[in-house]
Amino acid sequence: MSPTATRASDYQAQFEAFESGLSLNGSGWLHQHRKAALARFQELGFPTARRGNEAWKYTNVAPIARGAFTSAANGQEPSVTPADVRRLAPDARGWTRLVFVDGRFAGSLSSPPRNDGVRVANLAEAAATDRDLVERHLTRYAGYDDEAFTALNTAFLRDGAFIGLERGQTIDDAVHLVFVATGREATAANPRVLIVAREESRATIVESYVSLGDAARFTNAVTEIALEPGATVDHYRLALESPATYHVGLTRASLGRDATLTSASITLGAALVRHDLGVSLDGPGASCRLNGLYATRDRQHVDNHTFIDHASPHTTSRQYYKGVVDGESRAVFSGRVLVRPGAQHADAQQANRNLVLSQGAEVDTKPSLEIFADDVRCSHGATAGHLDEDAVFYLRSRGLDEDMARGVLVRGFVQEIIDTIGLNAVRAFTTRLFAASLAGA
Amino acid sequence: MTTPQSLIQSEYKYGFTTDVEQEVVPKGLNEETIRLISRKKNEPEFMLDWRLKAYRHWLKLERQEPTWANVHYPTIDFQDIIYYAAPVSPSEGPQSLDEVDPEILRAFDKLGIPLEEQSRLAGVAIDAVFDSVSVATTYKETLEKQGIIFCSFSEAVQKHPELIRKYLGSVVPYTDNFYATLNSAVFSDGSFAYIPPGVRCPMELMTYFRINQADTGQFERTLIIADKGSYVSYLEGCTAPSRKKNQLHAAVVELIALDDAEIKYSTLQNWFPGDADGVGGVFNFVTKRGKALGRRSKISWTQVETGSAITWKYPSVILQGDDSVGEFYSVALVNNYQQADTGTKMLHIGKNTKSTIVSKGISAGRGNNTYRGLVKILPGAAGAQNYTQCDSLLIGDQCGAHTVPYIEVRNPTARVEHEASTSKVSDDQLFYCMQRGISAEDAHFMIINGFCKEIFNELPWEFAVEASQLLKVSLEGAVG
Amino acid sequence: MLEIRNLHVAIGGTEILKGVDLTVNAGEVHAIMGPNGSGKSTLTNVLAGNPAYQVTAGEVRYQGADLLAMPPEIRAREGLFLAFQYPVELPGVRNREFLRTAVNAIRQHRSLDPMELKDFNKLLQEKIKLMKMDSSLVKRSVNEGFSGGEKKRNEMLQMAVLEPRLALLDETDSGLDIDALKTVAEGVNQLKRPDNAIVIVTHYQRMLNYIIPDFVHVLIDGRIVRSGGRELALELESQGYEGIRGDVAATAGAEAGG
Repeated sequence: MSPTATRASDYQAQFEAFESGLSLNGSGWLHQHRKAALARFQELGFPTARRGNEAWKYTNVAPIARGAFTSAANGQEPSVTPADVRRLAPDARGWTRLVFVDGRFAGSLSSPPRNDGVRVANLAEAAATDRDLVERHLTRYAGYDDEAFTALNTAFLRDGAFIGLERGQTIDDAVHLVFVATGREATAANPRVLIVAREESRATIVESYVSLGDAARFTNAVTEIALEPGATVDHYRLALESPATYHVGLTRASLGRDATLTSASITLGAALVRHDLGVSLDGPGASCRLNGLYATRDRQHVDNHTFIDHASPHTTSRQYYKGVVDGESRAVFSGRVLVRPGAQHADAQQANRNLVLSQGAEVDTKPSLEIFADDVRCSHGATAGHLDEDAVFYLRSRGLDEDMARGVLVRGFVQEIIDTIGLNAVRAFTTRLFAASLAGA
Repeated sequence: MTTPQSLIQSEYKYGFTTDVEQEVVPKGLNEETIRLISRKKNEPEFMLDWRLKAYRHWLKLERQEPTWANVHYPTIDFQDIIYYAAPVSPSEGPQSLDEVDPEILRAFDKLGIPLEEQSRLAGVAIDAVFDSVSVATTYKETLEKQGIIFCSFSEAVQKHPELIRKYLGSVVPYTDNFYATLNSAVFSDGSFAYIPPGVRCPMELMTYFRINQADTGQFERTLIIADKGSYVSYLEGCTAPSRKKNQLHAAVVELIALDDAEIKYSTLQNWFPGDADGVGGVFNFVTKRGKALGRRSKISWTQVETGSAITWKYPSVILQGDDSVGEFYSVALVNNYQQADTGTKMLHIGKNTKSTIVSKGISAGRGNNTYRGLVKILPGAAGAQNYTQCDSLLIGDQCGAHTVPYIEVRNPTARVEHEASTSKVSDDQLFYCMQRGISAEDAHFMIINGFCKEIFNELPWEFAVEASQLLKVSLEGAVG
Repeated sequence: MLEIRNLHVAIGGTEILKGVDLTVNAGEVHAIMGPNGSGKSTLTNVLAGNPAYQVTAGEVRYQGADLLAMPPEIRAREGLFLAFQYPVELPGVRNREFLRTAVNAIRQHRSLDPMELKDFNKLLQEKIKLMKMDSSLVKRSVNEGFSGGEKKRNEMLQMAVLEPRLALLDETDSGLDIDALKTVAEGVNQLKRPDNAIVIVTHYQRMLNYIIPDFVHVLIDGRIVRSGGRELALELESQGYEGIRGDVAATAGAEAGG
């Protein structure tokens, strides 16, 4: 019975082709990871919604397994212009930008590498030039033992972003990582991001996943974030790819003592988006705030998984995900909060709120708490519902027609999350995107 | 007030055994065991067929017990269980109390459930089940006058086969899950109630389940049918002797409510929880489900779960009739090494169906308590509403409290709301009570009792008092 | 009855009380006044045994015994009562049951039999009348959903029922309108006896118009900086705490200078 497993083994030939195009100078250690990850992927196969596989209960990745996506061939010049990048993703003066086209680093579209206490470079180069740091952190937070997609990403890991902040360094302007998928059919990209923020450093990082054209694509992204004591990172993730794209993303963060992570995950595009966000609060006083916003329509499927691991005492987490679900689309939220034994004084709050706009749409939400310490304050809430008809009537009594009234209320619903976005350019961009997307709602 | 002395002495007070002559079929499970059980009960052909179908299906499951629950226990050897144990009686079953072994009557007396006419509880009709069989049912005649049938399942099979045939397995089919399938094959007895149209049952109906024989599994089956416009409040209590070996209890309960009918089902589950080191105790793997079949029908589950080494139980409601209502009120307490994975499923099929879930979990000692619940709104359930609240209280830092709700909504006019919180008894509350002269231990009980009040309020009065006592006994040593 | 010597108290390492001395005898009414943050509530909480506060130095004797060595419930059973500034809500715990448990715990401590339900109900009704309370409040959960005024009155009801030897009233006047304040004061005055004592902790002197103190102490920055008779409260009313603070600073300066 395992057609998916057969598919997984098909990746052997692809890997060999990929391997032949690699230069292994100074990064042989990385290639060991690639080979081990490929072997692991072949063992695991693509996940299925079989009984007991809770993580994939609501999301079917068979189209990805069937899709026979292959990595972009070497040596093709990107057909992407700087204007495309500015149009598709948020932008602001002063940002450091790295652009990747079909998974390959596009130097001509990117800012020059930085090395002024803030290192920003293509991961493929950094694997050799910053070997100590990269080797110490890469695959440490996003391991490939259990996650098939992470194993696949690691097997085909080449280009990506490396952001390293020296102790006490602060960058005021954002670092923007833009991943553009172009029009070639059945192409896969396996971009990788590694962020290492040393003690007391501070940075804002934006990841934008966008498309040119409507070809069926597969993006399989992995981001690892290491925050040393006292470090602060604001992380934005925008999934805005074309309706034919399959997007699987996994973000893992580890927070040391008193470190702070703020994350906003904005999802509008793609046929299927699955994002796993795992935050491990490893040091006392670490805290995170995770916000999410999604709007789905047609037959889209968006699945947000979060996992917060309170592994230390006095740790705090806040999660707030909201979504508007229209057409015959389906939105999934699965949020897990774990408070480990001894992690006293953990304070966790989690909420997921959904607006279901049409017959045929579906919301599946599963917030969960697993608590093994007694002196804690943990709560969660989830709702699925429709617009308040009294509010619709109220607006109509003020002269708005029904569509306008509903539009106003839906925009009000999403505004609560948009308002939490601290970075002006991203907030403005998101506001525009959602206004356009929800116009018909 | 509780003194330290009484703390040490207090133990599971239902742990005694009763010495009666028992008829026991040999350990193990095969088709012959099932034929034997069916023969002993003189069952009609359709019952044996149903049992055998279930058994054959069970074989296909290849011992694949459900593994998704957050409970851990050694593999159960299903061939090492006695599937039928009954006190020896002169005929096929005791026809009157005179024929019941006095030891059994004494046992029920000791449990606070006197069965003799002169001393039996007022206002509560009781079906007393001892191991595999029902030994007595009180107030039968009084109920019969109103057309209410309340008897053992075995008797119902003999006297009302048409009702059994129509409703058995209609809510929990024999293919439902591993334990329900096993139960369908081997169930020995249980209670049956039928409330005719328009009748409001004048007293509480109660079944008291007692495991006595060592090495037996208890597999009872309860079926309650509330015909149009009727009402019944049904209670269930359970205890077992303290034994070093785990005992399996795999029951099935099916409820059916027709148009405008209401069933209120309350459980005080106090099976032997094992000792303080986690040795022994009952594995309580139970399938309970109600079908609110008729329009405006209502099914309400209230449970207080303090016993069992392991509880795996999700009393659920299928909300099929338009405007039907489902409720689930639960207190689940674990102490020492107990594990509970319990909750409910509310399946909204009909229009304007409503469900309410209130769950209170208390974890102490090294216990682990999981609320697991599903609220599912199907596309046709326009206007469906659910409200869920799950609160957990932790006592001590060795225990665990987990909340795992699943919410699936496929109708845009539905409204589903879930809230949960986990905390410990607050220091401010404790200090406030102690400032009024109340000991730390009593302050804890008082606050915990208050935490459960909403659920206790759903219980008939006598049960509420008992529940509060149970909570106290179960928590002794854990607080203060 | 109560003797506090050189009491130092900290919360989480921050010193709040920095050497308080105070003696309260049976039959007396004391008022402790001070601005916000001066340590007034800390003092009452420490006397009642709140484990959140750490005594770092000093001694407190109550009826001749070491008060600080007693757990909070024993202090309560020995007749020490704290009317909380912020009474705690106990969801699901009925007021009446709560009080009955408290009464019987205290009686047991004094080797008395538990009170018959009938007698308890009678006592409760009497005290409800005394405090002019809405009797439905005792059927509700302790303080849950009560208004600020209801909570304060409920504290006074508890005090009336438990008949303490030493009552500590922590900002009982705050949140009460003038009518409620008068009622509460009347109730307190009726509880006054030669063998018990009352300590009123307050920011404002208005309550002292209705419960006349024998002594007034001013607590500023963790120390009692002045003590006097009733007239001190009136002085505070006209000059404010700033006036007193100035005086104290001047005195301290003069002492240092001399």
